[in-house]
Amino acid sequence: MKNALKITPSGDRDLVMTRDFDAPCKLVYDAHTKPELVKRWLLGPPGWSMPVCEMDVRAGGTYRWVWKKDTDGSTMGMGGVYREVKAPERLVSTEKFDEAWYPGESLNTLVLVENGGRTTLTQTMRYESAAAREAVIKSGMEQGVAASYDRLEAVLASTANVTPR
Amino acid sequence: MQATHRLDAIFSALADPTRRAILARLASGQASVNELAQPFAMSQPAISKHLKVLERAGLISRGREAQRRPRRLEAKRLAEADKWLERYRQLWEGNYQRLDTLLDELKAKERKPQ
Repeated sequence: MKNALKITPSGDRDLVMTRDFDAPCKLVYDAHTKPELVKRWLLGPPGWSMPVCEMDVRAGGTYRWVWKKDTDGSTMGMGGVYREVKAPERLVSTEKFDEAWYPGESLNTLVLVENGGRTTLTQTMRYESAAAREAVIKSGMEQGVAASYDRLEAVLASTANVTPR
Repeated sequence: MQATHRLDAIFSALADPTRRAILARLASGQASVNELAQPFAMSQPAISKHLKVLERAGLISRGREAQRRPRRLEAKRLAEADKWLERYRQLWEGNYQRLDTLLDELKAKERKPQ
């Protein structure tokens, strides 16, 4: 698969995402730090827009993001503080949702590494505790709709044909 | 076991191809340790070790029949891990596909400064 997204729980309280992009580091960094660019892609599920995207990208600066569901007007907001800003390769910030369902805030570290015009993005989300990460994971599981038994069975069936000798 | 630790246990249990094959076999019905060991070029103790990992992760359980103690799949547990990861992945994949498009546009602009 082209530029596949990988997500893995790591250690007690981290979640790590990695993905490649066909663009130089500087552009990927811009897309994460310039509000007019951020609000064009960081939208979440289909049907949501991002009416508020304020970012003061410097160490100690704050940011504020609000998403709006177009069908019923409901909103979801979050924000935090930039702890470390090192263009174009590293951005460390805190993150807290207005209606956080988990204790404390998470610490997000974005690392960009360029290699031959392509960029590997690694985003680490460190939650305050194992319990906080558990809450995040649990909420995801509760909101998840129809269990993907079928797809899972297909995956299991395909590995079963390969492994036994 | 706490939910997070359980999820971690599930992910590491699924990382091994033999264990995935065992789960696939159990998806078509319960089986004894001997029956499970058969298709693999593996000793029974080696299979038992894999079964222990799967059991600890809550992915399989043991039946009550005293002699055979057949193992069976706990499909709910498996679906739990799968559902969460898939939902999260879809959300971010949607974001990153939009970012791909945006980056293409930015690259084109850089090539043709106005």
